[in-house]
Amino acid sequence: MAEGSKRRIHFSKLYSFSCLKSPFRDGHSQIGNKGYSRVVHCNDPDNPEAVQLNYGDNYVSTTKYTAFNFIPKSLFEQFRRVANIYFLVVACVSFSPLAPFTALSIVAPLLVVIGVTMAKEAVEDWRRRKQDIEANNRKVHVYGNSYTFVETRWKKLRVGDIIKVYKDEYFPADLFLLSSSYEDGVCYVDTMNLDGETNLKLKQALGATIHLHDEKSLQKFRAVVKCEDPNENLYSFIGTLHYDGRGYDLSLQQILLRDSKLKNTDYIYGVVIFTGHDTKVMQNSTDPPSKRSKIERKMDKIIYILFSTLILISFIGSVFFGVETKRDTSVGRYRRWYLHPDNTTVFYDPRRATLASILHFLTALMLYGYLIPISLYVSIEIVKVLQSIFINHDQEMYYEETDRPARARTSNLNEELGQVDTVLCDKTGTLTCNSMEFVKCSIAGIPYGRGMAEVEKALARRGKDEESEVDGGSFLGQNNEALDSRHPIKGFNFEDERMMNGQWVNEPCPDFIQKFFRVLAICHTAIPDVDKESGEISYEAESPDEAAFVIAARELGFEFFARTQTSISLHELNYESGKKVDRVYQLLHVLEFSSSRKRMSVIVKNEENQLLLLCKGADSVMFERLSQHGRQFEAETRDHIKRYAEAGLRTLVITYRELDEEEYKLWDKDFSKFKSTLTEDRDALVDAAADKMEKDLILLGATAVEDRLQKGVPECIKKLARAKIKLWVLTGDKMETAVNIGYACSLLRQDMKQIVITLDSPDILSLEKQGDKEALAKASLESINMQIREGISQIKSAKESSNTSKGSSPGFGLIIDGKSLDYSLNKMLARSFFELAVNCASVICCRSSPKQKARVTRLVKMGTGKTTLSIGDGANDVGMLQEADIGVGISGAEGMQAVMASDFAIAQFRFLERLLLVHGHWCYRRISMMICYFFYKNIAFGFTLFWFEAYASFSGQAAYNDWYMSFYNVFFTSLPVIALGVFDQDVSAKLCLKYPFLYLEGVEDILFSWPRILGWMLNGVLSSLMIFFLTTNSVLNQAFRIDGKVVDFEILGVTMYTCVVWTVNCQMALSINYFTWIQHFFIWGSIAFWYVFVLIYGYLSPAISTTAYRVFVEACAPSVLYWLVTLLVVVCVLLPYFSYRSFQSRFLPMYHDIIQRNQVEGLEIGLSDDELPKQSQGKLLHLRERLKQREL
Amino acid sequence: MASSSAAGAGSTDPTAARRNTKRPKYSKFTQQELPACKPILTPRAVISAFLLVSVVFVPIGVAALIASRKVVEIVYRYESKCIPSNVTDRVAYIQSSADKTCRISLDVTKHMKSPIYVYYQLDNFYQNHRRYVKSRSDEQLRDRSEEGSTSACKPEDTANGKPIVPCGLIAWSLFNDTYSFFRGNKNLTVNKKGISWKSDREHKFGKDVFPKNFQNSSIRGGASLNESIPLSEQEDLIVWMRTAALPTFRKLYGKIEVDLNEGDTINVTLQNNYNTYSFSGRKKLVLSTTSWLGGKNDFLGIAYLTVGGLCFFLALAFTIVYFVKPRQLGDPSYLSWNRNPGGH
Repeated sequence: MAEGSKRRIHFSKLYSFSCLKSPFRDGHSQIGNKGYSRVVHCNDPDNPEAVQLNYGDNYVSTTKYTAFNFIPKSLFEQFRRVANIYFLVVACVSFSPLAPFTALSIVAPLLVVIGVTMAKEAVEDWRRRKQDIEANNRKVHVYGNSYTFVETRWKKLRVGDIIKVYKDEYFPADLFLLSSSYEDGVCYVDTMNLDGETNLKLKQALGATIHLHDEKSLQKFRAVVKCEDPNENLYSFIGTLHYDGRGYDLSLQQILLRDSKLKNTDYIYGVVIFTGHDTKVMQNSTDPPSKRSKIERKMDKIIYILFSTLILISFIGSVFFGVETKRDTSVGRYRRWYLHPDNTTVFYDPRRATLASILHFLTALMLYGYLIPISLYVSIEIVKVLQSIFINHDQEMYYEETDRPARARTSNLNEELGQVDTVLCDKTGTLTCNSMEFVKCSIAGIPYGRGMAEVEKALARRGKDEESEVDGGSFLGQNNEALDSRHPIKGFNFEDERMMNGQWVNEPCPDFIQKFFRVLAICHTAIPDVDKESGEISYEAESPDEAAFVIAARELGFEFFARTQTSISLHELNYESGKKVDRVYQLLHVLEFSSSRKRMSVIVKNEENQLLLLCKGADSVMFERLSQHGRQFEAETRDHIKRYAEAGLRTLVITYRELDEEEYKLWDKDFSKFKSTLTEDRDALVDAAADKMEKDLILLGATAVEDRLQKGVPECIKKLARAKIKLWVLTGDKMETAVNIGYACSLLRQDMKQIVITLDSPDILSLEKQGDKEALAKASLESINMQIREGISQIKSAKESSNTSKGSSPGFGLIIDGKSLDYSLNKMLARSFFELAVNCASVICCRSSPKQKARVTRLVKMGTGKTTLSIGDGANDVGMLQEADIGVGISGAEGMQAVMASDFAIAQFRFLERLLLVHGHWCYRRISMMICYFFYKNIAFGFTLFWFEAYASFSGQAAYNDWYMSFYNVFFTSLPVIALGVFDQDVSAKLCLKYPFLYLEGVEDILFSWPRILGWMLNGVLSSLMIFFLTTNSVLNQAFRIDGKVVDFEILGVTMYTCVVWTVNCQMALSINYFTWIQHFFIWGSIAFWYVFVLIYGYLSPAISTTAYRVFVEACAPSVLYWLVTLLVVVCVLLPYFSYRSFQSRFLPMYHDIIQRNQVEGLEIGLSDDELPKQSQGKLLHLRERLKQREL
Repeated sequence: MASSSAAGAGSTDPTAARRNTKRPKYSKFTQQELPACKPILTPRAVISAFLLVSVVFVPIGVAALIASRKVVEIVYRYESKCIPSNVTDRVAYIQSSADKTCRISLDVTKHMKSPIYVYYQLDNFYQNHRRYVKSRSDEQLRDRSEEGSTSACKPEDTANGKPIVPCGLIAWSLFNDTYSFFRGNKNLTVNKKGISWKSDREHKFGKDVFPKNFQNSSIRGGASLNESIPLSEQEDLIVWMRTAALPTFRKLYGKIEVDLNEGDTINVTLQNNYNTYSFSGRKKLVLSTTSWLGGKNDFLGIAYLTVGGLCFFLALAFTIVYFVKPRQLGDPSYLSWNRNPGGH
């Protein structure tokens, strides 16, 4: 045990900064108080005291409902919608004599609609439950009463159980680490599922427990852990272990959280302290954000309009009804005597006409309720779920490498995808791969690395003829991408024959090169992972940069292959002997990287007993730390670094220093002392001490790693730009890097004018040095204000000149840095900044913090009032994703946090193109068409009732049989709409991508604009008018068959209803563009179903079918007139719409009309005109003008 | 969060993960590539659609119009003519017990082939009023044992404490004008069989249900019924009880099964009993033949002709606009998005 604790001290000394930092907050005193009351009896879950505490088992349920609360809870959810409440009230009132229909016929459709919605909820919940069952029944080894480990299921774990977890297994609950397969009780943990960080975390058991190594020693182990109550904070833990009569403080260092994974460690023993829903990950679980789309919000307004219409026509009806009823009696005489006005109920009493009229108003509200589409919500929900399934199943959005398809995490926002105006985009990991590749280095003033960075390629491209690029467009580009993205080694893209295969020994300064790569191989915190079979080594590194360095060192002959707590071993190529030798470096200290230090060092002792400090860091902090004689290559190196930065590469300066024994010992003492202090300023002291050591460095050179652009990014951005989607890049990078990346991904183009807003002017910098904060703030504000105004005036003048010359303005790119952004976002400037920004084609914000990202998103969202989409991959993008109307998470290397906060998850940036231009466009189109059509069909139907009322003295008698009506929304018209919402395509996916401007229909909200909505409604009213009057005039009052029978109430109902079903479905057929067998089946099937229904219903006993009894077979079907009327009405009603569409699609075509037409006519003229690059159009004009001049 | 992490945790074994890859399975359905026809409104399609409609509609319209014109119809409005000119209070007259026999004569202007249908037409009579429509008991009409189910019939449900059969306002207000026809002195028989729907006679009105206690309440409504004839044979009642859809309606009174020749004069002896005066409704007597399309109504034929003609005109107009002035109009809209092709 003594040995163990020694190791521990030694170890913690090694990782001095963040890794093993113990919490300074002294929470331990609070144990036992409120919020810190948990008591865990380790290895003794059957202890009566433990049983009394009654902590839950490890059963986890993530379902929304349980078997018991499903019905009340889901019903409650249902009736939060206004429309549903209305229908519920109607259903209740329908049992009173007020109701115009039988109660059952009102209740039935409501039940169907509610039932379908609930079934949908139930299915979704069932899926969650299946996942739960899978998780709950996973196997784990638990220490049983027989003093051996026995296999059990996850859900059976209890608080206090000791369990054994093997390598690459997930922890089933929150554990307190007792010991591990390592002697000193450390283990490595992958917390990807929790916080999305991919690096391994080191956990270490307490010294007091690491001897508990086998089943035997566990036999007598009894201890009590007292700790905090369950909470959602992943980054703190407070507790004490009472063991052997002593108390030990526990920290997060000993806690293994559920859903994280054991790595690089054979097994661990741990005590369960939180189970099931008490675990931190479960406490953290949140539902995906709930956002509503613009269309849906607009839809609510339409529903309100319909409600007002409903109230209005009901009111009109009841006024007329009141008047008519009143007239029924006058001075002892009764007008309509057949109604028995002398002996009547309150509903028709002419003496109390006002009351009758008020009651009638209620009846009318029910009668015209068909104006409100009862099945709209449920249909939209079904449609959206199906749409999301299509998104999830799109093979074009599946990423082979990470095995990830696209995922729509919420189905609420599908149509919003088709209306995106501004995309706010993170850079690292979103536009780029976030897998660093070592591409270049500069050693001893000589640049190495022949490969071309992406940005350099772009720069080279810019010089070339643009036409070829535009023509061949995406296809050529993608092929090239595909070809040269095949690298044999991940993270390494270094090509230089001078260096490879050991050739570097022949270079001018091989000793520098050797030292350089030694630094790369030693100065890091990566962990090697040797594949036992192949002997290949892979590395688990904290950051991809670091992995790239270690890999580069390996490729050039400095293979790092083993790490112990105190040493690092390399296979090394000795340039003098040319042989591979193993060298072991004794690791004394790791001075870790932090964002404030911007550097990292290790202190090692080599085999020659030389003490070395190896340091790598950012150029901004490193050059000032060079010693006088270490500056030999400073000028060259600076120059190279600048060039690398321009090429969009990340650079680090590599240095070393030899220490002498005395100095080191002295420093070591100080350093250890500072580290062991437990005061608030410990960090500062440790920093200062480290600072002392990291000086007088000798420059070796610089590295350049490239964060490669993801495949297809420039093409995607180009497409989005052509769809008039504005792209803002919000990045934490330096301005130069950001601008260069901007060029590389064609966000900025050569013909664009750049407007740069920065605070890097000399005046400001000098003020900054003086430290006068107020003056600085004022000066900064002024300077920003000025720069913004200048930008605006530039744009204005450019616009004016373009207006007069009829040429197109080149477009502007705005580049702003983080500090300026801070000032620009404050109230005074936000407006003008915004005005500037929206007039620029692309905006790049560099050096921005996560909070700024969210604020910018907010500004754009509020400012434009249009749809914003944020896309990002890291935890730093979460704010931005949640703030935007749509958050798209890239499920890339940086873990799942962004994905968890997102509405859609895709694996690669380029899939955004398909997500927006194809799925977004389609979904927008489908949903907006669907809603318009829904209102149309209900108005067309509902108003026929009203017209009929006008001829029935508004008495509240419905024109149709009750069941025809209640099936209207559910059977005769619902399926075609759903088919429209799920399957309709105006143009194919290929054309959507080919003609991105089609997307503008969504951005400008053409398909769901008020004129269009009202147009559809008006069309509905017109249809109902035509249906009613054409039918009545044709069939009344003469005989309607050869046998002299006349049309009565029942026959008119069937005839009119037939016309309604036909027209509404034919209108659908006319307005969709895409007929698969599904559409045909649904549309014609719905019509056929009406006939089948009326046939079957008519054959039921007259007690059930009442007015529908044999009407169709006996009366309608044999009548020629009936069929002729149907034909006439259908054609007449569709004629206005058809003529309008034929006219409009030809003479005022919308974008999709043009594309469709060209597709059918095989014409490319119109579009190739459009595709003609600006330059060549300009050239043509120029030539013509010249010719004219010559002629003159 | 927990749910998806659970899913992620499922694939611990990398080889297993490789095998059940998450690659979406290909099917034309999931990739939204089902074979489809995509009709679009090309000029040819539009013009042929219009032409097709007019080609179909014009002949139908002509045929319908001819059919309607062939029908011979005699309409005689009698509600004021059958009131003696000295009566000022028509309602009081009609409610009185005076003899209200009225003789009118109709001239046949065109040969009428049998069968000739006799209708009465009422006006301003709201048989579709909710109170009226609901005031009947189908159970009672159908089934002898349901005699007492008269709850829907108020206030014509019981009289003198006994249920009325048939109950309700509809039956109570049964039309009671009667007509007898003479050509010269010869009586023209009016066949009153088969004027109602067969399904009504057989299934809705019981063969063993006889009128009871009918028109015995304080206020007399319309016609009385012969209590020895079952309801299924009371065809006037059956016809009346199929309520009309609109306030103006015709109902079948009977059939004259001999031809009427041009120039014949038909004398009608008519009992003007029914009170339409209180709501100022008109009464008409209609004699009509039928064609394959039914009675005389030009509306359908005219509508078909109009639509057919309109479509022809539209086809013509579109032809002119499409081919005489192709595209010019469309071009400005091209330019509107051509001007700033953002991507270049």
